[in-house]
Amino acid sequence: MNSGLITTAYIAAGVLFILSLGGLSNQESARRGNIYGILGMALALVATILGKAVTAYALIGITMGLGAAIGVMVSRKVQMTQMPELVAILHSFVGMAAVLVGITGYLDPEMHYVGVEKTIHEVEIFIGVFIGALTFTGSVVAFGKLRGTLSSRPLLLPFRHLINLAAVSVTLGLGVLFVGAEGMGFPLLGLMIMACIAFGLGWHMVMAIGGADMPVVISMLNSYSGWAAAATGFMLGNDLLIIAGALVGSSGAILSYIMCKAMNRSLMNVILGGFGTSGGTVVEGGMQGDAIPTSLEETAALLKNAKNVVIVPGYGMAVAQAQHPVFELTERLRKAGVNVRFAIHPVAGRMPGHMNVLLAEARVPYDIVFEMDEINDDLAETDAVLVIGANDIVNPSALEDPGSPIAGMPVLAVWNAGIVVVLKRSMATGYAGVENPLFFKENTRMLFGDAKESLTGLLAAV
Amino acid sequence: MKIGIPIETCNEEKRVAATPESVKALIHLGYDLTVEAGAGEAAGFPDGAYEAAGAALSDAKAVWSDSDMVLKVCPPSPGEARQMKAGAALVSFVQPAENPELLEVLKTRNITALAMEQVPRITRAQKLDALSSMANIAGYRAVVEAAGAFGRFFTGQVTAAGKIPPAKVLVIGAGVAGLSAIGTAGALGAVVRAFDTRPEVKEQVESLGASFLMLDVEEEGAGAGGYAKVMSEAFIQAEMALFAAQAKEVDMIITTAMIPGKTAPILITKEMVASMMPGSVIVDLAAGQGGNCELTEPGQSVVKEGVTLIGYTDMVSRLANQASRLYATNLSNLLADLTPAKDGEAVYDMEDEVVRTMTVTKGGEITWPPPAPTRLALPPEPPKTEKKAPEPSVIETSWQRWAPQVKPFLFLVVGGFLLYHLGRVVPPDFLQHMTVFVLACFVGYMVIWNVTPSLHTPLMSVTNAISGIIVVGALLQVSGPFFSLKTLLAAVAILIATINVFGGFLVTQRMLKMFRRGGDHE
Repeated sequence: MNSGLITTAYIAAGVLFILSLGGLSNQESARRGNIYGILGMALALVATILGKAVTAYALIGITMGLGAAIGVMVSRKVQMTQMPELVAILHSFVGMAAVLVGITGYLDPEMHYVGVEKTIHEVEIFIGVFIGALTFTGSVVAFGKLRGTLSSRPLLLPFRHLINLAAVSVTLGLGVLFVGAEGMGFPLLGLMIMACIAFGLGWHMVMAIGGADMPVVISMLNSYSGWAAAATGFMLGNDLLIIAGALVGSSGAILSYIMCKAMNRSLMNVILGGFGTSGGTVVEGGMQGDAIPTSLEETAALLKNAKNVVIVPGYGMAVAQAQHPVFELTERLRKAGVNVRFAIHPVAGRMPGHMNVLLAEARVPYDIVFEMDEINDDLAETDAVLVIGANDIVNPSALEDPGSPIAGMPVLAVWNAGIVVVLKRSMATGYAGVENPLFFKENTRMLFGDAKESLTGLLAAV
Repeated sequence: MKIGIPIETCNEEKRVAATPESVKALIHLGYDLTVEAGAGEAAGFPDGAYEAAGAALSDAKAVWSDSDMVLKVCPPSPGEARQMKAGAALVSFVQPAENPELLEVLKTRNITALAMEQVPRITRAQKLDALSSMANIAGYRAVVEAAGAFGRFFTGQVTAAGKIPPAKVLVIGAGVAGLSAIGTAGALGAVVRAFDTRPEVKEQVESLGASFLMLDVEEEGAGAGGYAKVMSEAFIQAEMALFAAQAKEVDMIITTAMIPGKTAPILITKEMVASMMPGSVIVDLAAGQGGNCELTEPGQSVVKEGVTLIGYTDMVSRLANQASRLYATNLSNLLADLTPAKDGEAVYDMEDEVVRTMTVTKGGEITWPPPAPTRLALPPEPPKTEKKAPEPSVIETSWQRWAPQVKPFLFLVVGGFLLYHLGRVVPPDFLQHMTVFVLACFVGYMVIWNVTPSLHTPLMSVTNAISGIIVVGALLQVSGPFFSLKTLLAAVAILIATINVFGGFLVTQRMLKMFRRGGDHE
């Protein structure tokens, strides 16, 4: 295949990728969008493999076959509640691949550049490896935190900002040395040291971020993996990599922005980490009144007699894998003529859109699932709200208490509804570590216990 | 218990308090029905239909003197009331404020009188609310009368014989009658505007497709019980200015402004009428209370200053069949509430807010006016607390005016400067890639904002798969001597990036398959 054909294939692949993302604008066209993506990828791979530069077919066959097998297996086995982990670990792969490709690119004897071109090429390698390494360890830590193997509490080393600053300065210094250097051995060593520092930096950055900020972290890493691919594209002079990388990079960046906005915090504030442990009026286990406990029977009667019910799912539903009983309860109530809807807060769960995926898995129709902005005004006319394992996203102090650490964060105003039933394990605080006055409101009832067990009990009682 | 339905005797009233259907409903409640012969004639219900429904026919004397309960539309004359059995019941419009003599008679005859115009405006009593059902008819009829007097189409048309502009209708007062008029005029194709002193009805007006005219003066027009109240001087001035301006523009004005127990306010002056286009029409639904227009002659349709002024006070009676049906249903709903045992015996529970409010005389006492009604109108919007900022200096204002235009150019200048220097130093090959990169970032930015939030997780997994495109880089590097660091690293990169590509796309596919709409079946 000549290089003209390869280029046109790349153009087509780039267009297909754009169409793929465009398809996600609504549920109907989304599946078609994914197919566009697959077609684009297939086209790009076939064109590349058939190109003159590629000859090691056997090796490619083996590695790709193995990779494909693992990929297929993972995608089949993964549970929807584990989506955030899967996405995190896949990001780490892209990061690692960027590091490897960057180093390989530097080792490539066929690349001969002089003057400005050499400088640019080396800068590109350096940046690509740096972002890749950062993405890799960051994603691995995020994976660990989401899985529970690492504590989701932020790790706060002393002088952590100084450590980060030092790491970045050393990286910059190494960069200057690397770009100017002649020969092979010394610059390679510099590149390796820089990679190690970037690994450390990625680890440290995500370690310092609390569990509640995971939606931002995941989308940030998503963005990084894109920029890493784009940097690699610059290094190899490959426009398709640049296009795909830029698309992914801007996608992740926008998602991070949306998530930050949903928490009323700046990206810097999230990245600098340490949220949920300092400042504000955090009450150490202090009760602000009496929460009124309720029973399964009472809750069931309440739901049956209501006209409008809104269900607010949170991470607790994901942890308890309670989405299926939630759906059954919804179906039963809907059959009984109750108007049941779902209200999704943008940062509910551990990644953007997490709750939507879980509800979709449980076959909850997407036209009764609403975003916060769509449904918040209706809550006042709602008879009953069922909060399942959510806490900070329904905390009235975000609006009422300017001293609260989550002040100004948009929340679902469930307390405006006739009655609120909160399904919760205990009176413990959410990830933000903030006391929730909602639990002590007059129209709030607490239904303690595991979300799945409570819901199964409710199903029996309805 | 015997219920009597007499002929209406006041002002050529055509309505009747029972229809054959309502007669059936009342018999079902256990009552015996007697209808005065010819009672339903004017409303289009022949005597035979009442008989077929199970009612007995009789003469006026028997109906008045033998019935335990009389159902009526208009307030009875004192003479009629005197014929009633002592201790009997009366349900009709009573207007106790205007009929003190009648009230006295009802009291001395020991009659339990329920006034239909006193139904409180609460949700539970809506099915009894005869004022609303009559107002609805009045609003409709007002448009029909206006259409009769107006010499043109309501709807705009473009025909072979020329272009017809749509008629413009102004409705003043968006109560039940006003809203009904808005809806009817809109349905005929007119361009409808509406004004009301209560800003909270704006939404209702707009829901009917009309535009709501606003005043700049801030004052709440909602009085007790959801009715309008008298407004301040400044407000009225602003209002009059608005009407004067509108009068020059619109083809028809329908006024419905009434304040309970008071003379209707004059909203359309003689000058405004004169300023209207010849052939215009004013329908004054407040004519019964003196009229909202200075020139209205209650009960008449007259032409003054080239404008037809319709001041009929019997607007509802002009749609007697429809009005009787609605009124009779209101009455049978009331009796259903009063007869919980369906045994033909009415029970007056004076603890019940609705019954208490409606009852004007009972047990030889006048029980009117009732205790103050609970205020149930929509809560007023909180007053706006905008404070005027201190006057900005000239420089500030001009900067504020220019800033939005200047700022983007500043960015362009700075960006252009940077690009200029980049272009001088950097080789064109790199710039080509830079072009692709920048454009792709912008495309990504535009495309991603359209992604629906519920698909953010699939978005992440699909972008993840796409970022696996880095495999292309590794593929380009892998060919070479088999046992070299370079090949090894590239092979590992291919392996993990391929996991990404396959895992990402397939898991996205799996997720997207789960999203379904309510009616979808697989």
